[in-house]
Amino acid sequence: MSLLSEAGMAYRLRWKRRRLLFRALRKRRQLKAIKDRTARILPDQILLFSTIRNEAERLPFFLEHYRSLGVGHFLFVDNASDDGSAKLLEEQDDVSFWSTSESYRLSRFGVDWLGWLQIKHGHGHWCLTVDADEILIYPHYQTRPLPALTGWLDQQELESFGALMLDMYPNGALEDQKYMPGSSPFETLDWFDSGNYMMQQKPDLLNLWIQGGVRARLFFKDRPRRAPTLGKVPLVKWNRRFAYVSSTHSLLPRRLNQVYDVEGGERISGVLLHTKFLDSVVARSSEEKKRAEHFANSKLYDDYYDALSSNPTLWCESSSRFTGWRQLEAMGLMSKGNWV
Amino acid sequence: MSVGIIMLVHTAFDRAEQVARHWSAAGCPIVVHADKNVVPSAYNAFVDALSDMPNVRFSKRHRCEWGTWGLVAATQSASRLMLDEFPHVRHVYLASGSCLPLRPVQELIDYLAERSQTDFIESATTSDVPWTIGGFDKERFTLRFPFAWRKNRFLFDKYVAIQRLIRYRRRIPNGIVPHMGSQWWCLTRQTLSAILDDPDRPIYDRYFKKVWIPDESYFQTLARLYSRQIESRSLTLSKFDYQGKPHIFYDDHLQLLRRSDCFVARKIWPFANRLYDAFLTDPAGAMKRTEPNPGKIDRIFAKAVERRMRGRRGLYMQSRFPVEGRENGLTCAPYAVFEGFSDLFENFERWLAKVTGARVHGHLFAPERAEFADGQSVTNGALSDSASLRDYNPRAFISSLIWNTRGERQCFQMGPRDVIKDIQWDIAKDANAQISVLSGAWAVNLFKSNSNFADIRQEAARLQRIESKHLEVLRSPWTKARVRIWTMAEFIEAPMEPLQAIIDEIGKQNQFGLSEVPKMADLTGFGQFLQNLKNQGMHPYLMGDFPVEHQLHEPNKDKPKPYLVR
Repeated sequence: MSLLSEAGMAYRLRWKRRRLLFRALRKRRQLKAIKDRTARILPDQILLFSTIRNEAERLPFFLEHYRSLGVGHFLFVDNASDDGSAKLLEEQDDVSFWSTSESYRLSRFGVDWLGWLQIKHGHGHWCLTVDADEILIYPHYQTRPLPALTGWLDQQELESFGALMLDMYPNGALEDQKYMPGSSPFETLDWFDSGNYMMQQKPDLLNLWIQGGVRARLFFKDRPRRAPTLGKVPLVKWNRRFAYVSSTHSLLPRRLNQVYDVEGGERISGVLLHTKFLDSVVARSSEEKKRAEHFANSKLYDDYYDALSSNPTLWCESSSRFTGWRQLEAMGLMSKGNWV
Repeated sequence: MSVGIIMLVHTAFDRAEQVARHWSAAGCPIVVHADKNVVPSAYNAFVDALSDMPNVRFSKRHRCEWGTWGLVAATQSASRLMLDEFPHVRHVYLASGSCLPLRPVQELIDYLAERSQTDFIESATTSDVPWTIGGFDKERFTLRFPFAWRKNRFLFDKYVAIQRLIRYRRRIPNGIVPHMGSQWWCLTRQTLSAILDDPDRPIYDRYFKKVWIPDESYFQTLARLYSRQIESRSLTLSKFDYQGKPHIFYDDHLQLLRRSDCFVARKIWPFANRLYDAFLTDPAGAMKRTEPNPGKIDRIFAKAVERRMRGRRGLYMQSRFPVEGRENGLTCAPYAVFEGFSDLFENFERWLAKVTGARVHGHLFAPERAEFADGQSVTNGALSDSASLRDYNPRAFISSLIWNTRGERQCFQMGPRDVIKDIQWDIAKDANAQISVLSGAWAVNLFKSNSNFADIRQEAARLQRIESKHLEVLRSPWTKARVRIWTMAEFIEAPMEPLQAIIDEIGKQNQFGLSEVPKMADLTGFGQFLQNLKNQGMHPYLMGDFPVEHQLHEPNKDKPKPYLVR
């Protein structure tokens, strides 16, 4: 019986994947190429995919960080920015970008758009799919750039790499610390919650549903089920038949979601440092509340946006101050696995 | 007299060239074997790049598929060429394109000159050393392996299964004893030429062609036939992970590699500029004349295997989520759970913290909130006291709490009033838990309460039902926690001894025994209270037998003595 239901599940998920791929195919018409430099992509280069909206503030550091990690080419979808993001991207030699003013939510939070670009350009490459406010770090990232990691993953015959999204916040009210574009956001966002994460395994996609952290502690303590999902699979050796399901939390085929060990051992994993809580978040939250583009049932998150708009302090006595990846490794927020 | 280097190259030619120049500059002749899979343009460019060096030769190219004969054939051709072309070579050192000399080449030459008759080749019999990964230790010599595992995994597996089914066994020729070891060796001219010129070589070659991973056994076995003196170790530092895949060295391994004192290391990440710069441009080095000692850095690799296979106990994270039964403990450290003690003793938590030095929480699973020690609303690791967050995933709550407070013993209270339904099994099955129960002590609070008797009766019935279920859990055969259960009546007869035992187990040794006992609640009339419940048809039995009349084991009202000084 369980064999039968397994087969049934595999069948359903296969069709689900085809449906998602088809969606991506249809949504390609919403994309307008502004600067297409994809002809410059070299065979083994690591590609980065991202959907952005008004991220001129974060992009300089974002680009610098991922460039120094060895990303070869950036592919952006610009969802109607009006803050000069487009101009900024246009000036970069290693950036291709497309623009659209269609709905972010209806594109499954940009996944459909990126899905098309991944089908077209990602096949056979290691692809990193992150938001502009997500900075990936992993064990030894300062001495071993991404090609070292992906080379090792190839050797280990691993196709995907998991990460925890770690909300970084300042000590004090959010608006009190002003961020200078280009500088490291972690000069001010240097605090995080180290040990309040909850995880469960999703029975269908087999991904880990991780929740918790500062947002659950402050904004969702009465309805924890609604707390944001923090587990992600941002780095994948892409095949044109793959498809992200919900944001980058899970993807199909589902074997790619198994970035964790179930026998008690530790696999390698990283952390996405989340720079959402820069001072600009306060002003942005009321706008996001109006746009209602970030959650499937956006109405349910009004309180959350209201709380953010009131310039709250996320810091508490038990917050931990960020000192580097070794600290996160020791705290069990990431693992070296067997990557010595 | 000198050392000849055989380099097996298939990728990263710029690095191979760099290393070849390094060897060559020290006077070592080199024979390069390039994999036949290398595209002609890359190969020709490589040959051109090395053409200015007089002592470099290129041997006949073979197709090298991991685990197959090609690598041995390549080594044979290259060795032949080396011995024929460079007659003054006494030791032949087998290296790959991703090998990096760690010490000045002259040190290696001197080292080998002092040991002119010694062959350095790791070589052990399969029966003695259970090294192999994947199960083929003896079978790799007694089955046939015509299919490459990497390319034809299906055929490989099926062919093995069939041979096992029909119990096929190959005959090992001439009674040689199969040996295995690292494929990176350093042999003397005498031994190597004896192997290559052996009249029986066609027999051996035919046999080893169908052995699994012959590059780890061909020379290792045949060297045993001819060598005068074998040092069974490799001069090349090369580490393998739990799947038998070679560890790769990066820039941050610089100090580690220095510490090993090995002559050569493999394999080096081609873009590890710092390593290549440091080791290839190091002028003369320190001339330490020390023995290579790869053992010095073994610990770090052993730890990696441990981390990958067993993980950190009590940690749940995005890359460690053990299924039930494989977690090796829900929590990472021992902790103590007290049930009923804070009901019976008025100042139990403060007293316990004082005598044990542990962190003593209140009822962590209380319905209103998690009662952290010192009334904290957020504790270590920013763990919140919110009841709904806690109850959303109580397993995560308890494992996080114990993980966040590593190094400090945690104690907390529990009772039938708490939300224990979803967590009691997990705690009972956790070998780190030390659970001490005073059954029925919840009645003390009801006894002291100011509620209507009908409500008390109802509440008593509810709590008794929950606790008796809970006791069943604690007494079940699946329980791994250290459980002690007393009825309340039994306990107050002689509280000191059990208390002492519990405190001792928590760890902090108190040489003089307990100097203070906690203050017991005033139980005058408690017996009558229980009798009243009984009279109402609700039989409280978990607390044991309390006589109705004032008796000896109740605290004596005439001589109140809250603290007992020994």
